[in-house]
Amino acid sequence: MSTQSEHQPATSAANGASADGSVGQPVRVVDAPLAAPFSSAGLVDVFRRRYLLRLLVRKEISARYQGSLLGLLWSYVQPLVRFCMYFFVIGLVLGLHKNVPNFAIHMFSALVAVHYFTETFSNGTRSIVRNRSLVRKMAMPREMFPVSSCIVSAINSFPQLLILFVACVAVGWSPDAEAILAGILGIAIVTVLGVALALLFSAMNVFFRDFQNIVATFQLFTHWIVPMIYPYSKLAESSLGSGWFYYLYMSNPLTVAVLLVERCFWVPTALGQGTDPKIPADQSQVGFPVMPDHLMSLGWFMLFASLVILVLCQLAFRRLEGKFAERL
Amino acid sequence: MSNDSIVVDGVTKNFTLRYHRTIKQITIAALRRQQISDTFPAVDDVTFSVEQGESVGLMGLNGSGKSTLLKLINGVMRPDAGKVQTRGRIAGLIATGAGFHPQLTGRENVFLNAAILGMSEAETNRKFDQIVEFADIGRFLETPVGHYSSGMFSRLGFAVAVHTESDIFLIDEVLAVGDRPFKKKCMARMEEIRKEGRTMFYVSHAAASVRKMCERVLVLEKGRLVFDGDVDEGIRYLQYDDDDNESVEEEDLDEELGADI
Ligand SMILES: Nc1ncnc2c1ncn2[C@@H]1O[C@H](COP(=O)(O)OP(=O)(O)OP(=O)(O)O)[C@@H](O)[C@H]1O
Ligand SMILES: [Mg+2]
Repeated sequence: MSTQSEHQPATSAANGASADGSVGQPVRVVDAPLAAPFSSAGLVDVFRRRYLLRLLVRKEISARYQGSLLGLLWSYVQPLVRFCMYFFVIGLVLGLHKNVPNFAIHMFSALVAVHYFTETFSNGTRSIVRNRSLVRKMAMPREMFPVSSCIVSAINSFPQLLILFVACVAVGWSPDAEAILAGILGIAIVTVLGVALALLFSAMNVFFRDFQNIVATFQLFTHWIVPMIYPYSKLAESSLGSGWFYYLYMSNPLTVAVLLVERCFWVPTALGQGTDPKIPADQSQVGFPVMPDHLMSLGWFMLFASLVILVLCQLAFRRLEGKFAERL
Repeated sequence: MSNDSIVVDGVTKNFTLRYHRTIKQITIAALRRQQISDTFPAVDDVTFSVEQGESVGLMGLNGSGKSTLLKLINGVMRPDAGKVQTRGRIAGLIATGAGFHPQLTGRENVFLNAAILGMSEAETNRKFDQIVEFADIGRFLETPVGHYSSGMFSRLGFAVAVHTESDIFLIDEVLAVGDRPFKKKCMARMEEIRKEGRTMFYVSHAAASVRKMCERVLVLEKGRLVFDGDVDEGIRYLQYDDDDNESVEEEDLDEELGADI
């Protein structure tokens, strides 16, 4: 248990002679157990100290855009530019989405999820090094920093989600219960996986700053290894759509999360695009929003797998954390 | 029931000296069969315990491991061997200066620092005016602490630490950069803390202030605990009191001020 949790210390100072007999010195009776001075509950402790977490989140939001005129608006510029670029190149130049209904929604829903993930991952990775002035001097659960990075990314992504929502409603979005559940599941997977990887890489980044570059390099791939700028059906139909590559592709939790988010936003809008909105059975129809079989069970499995990864990353973090203060 | 406040049991902390950092350097060193790194114990098998309300001076030459021992006690570092146990909340300052974030303003840092020390929002609000008054840094409260002078930096840090409801109070030569009036104020405040029956752990090179504040002295030498006992004996052990003529006046001055070096 943390010895520094947010409550008044159970202390009472009674007047009297202290043990060594010096008169007039009050004896302070500390009603707390003798315990290790550092917390060992990890992520559990982070949520026990919500006030501190809130301050760190606020701090990170204000520090991230300090000295910039546009401030928080910058977190929209990048995804917007990327969206326009992809839409122009993939759609208008290459013409790859002629047969995909509401391709803009398809791409944007995936982009929101992927952007949330990459923000959490990359900012989380740098979070401990960036806060080294605190880590070196103060005892606190260091998991605070990657977790607050994740919360900041979530806050930054929320307006994008809102835009997506409005766009979906505008083109006739009528989600079924499964769509809603898929959306929640997808976001949950992204969150758990993002925090897990942020924990692991932020700890390793303390020892070798190479890791933040590794993460940046990895991010070059993330937009291509998930069905974002191409629909899932394109992959399934391609020569890679069967065999080991397909299984490798689908074993990426991020892929499944993106598909789930698309299931939530894009599929309900796309279904209505056919000649008859009530014929989801005919998968061969051109423009049908194809999703993999058993997507929901796959989603649950991936959430479970991400939680296992989170536990493993937390354990690794615990081991590495002991040397943070001296290596920073 | 024992009334131990800090129990340090066979604690060792090893540090790594790294000669080579990049792959190129490591490869070359490996080819030349040079040592790639070297570890040494900064704190070496130290055992002692402190009772609640005791005030202990920790002395030793530069690099003897005092700050490291304090970091082990406040939980910033983990021992490689042995066990550190403490009772209650810990506040204080380690190695000249608080854990402040340079980009945040003084005000934001006060709240953040207090929260890390375990104070709630209400508690901080209640104490905020006292903290600001004690630090007395005027309108700089609203500027980022990265632009503070080192004196202002430690004033604010000391003010927060000193107003935290803690059971154990650690001070590591923070007074070194404060000006005279501030030093006086700090010593008075530390005296108060001591009277409240909090455990105090005081690192200093100034024999006079240790003599004034502490009832027991620990001396570290290259990470080993070589002395544990009476204040005057400890200072004599360190030979900090064989004043040659020029330092006598200084010492007297310090005595009267109760200042740090
Ligand atoms: N992060 C670190 N990595 C490697 N060595 C370190 C690290 N921190 C401290 N040391 C070494 O550990 C030893 C003890 O350092 P420490 O800061 O505890 O000394 P100190 O007793 O506080 O000295 P001073 O009186 O100068 O404050 C020194 O030799 C120092 O070089
Ligand atoms: Mg020191």
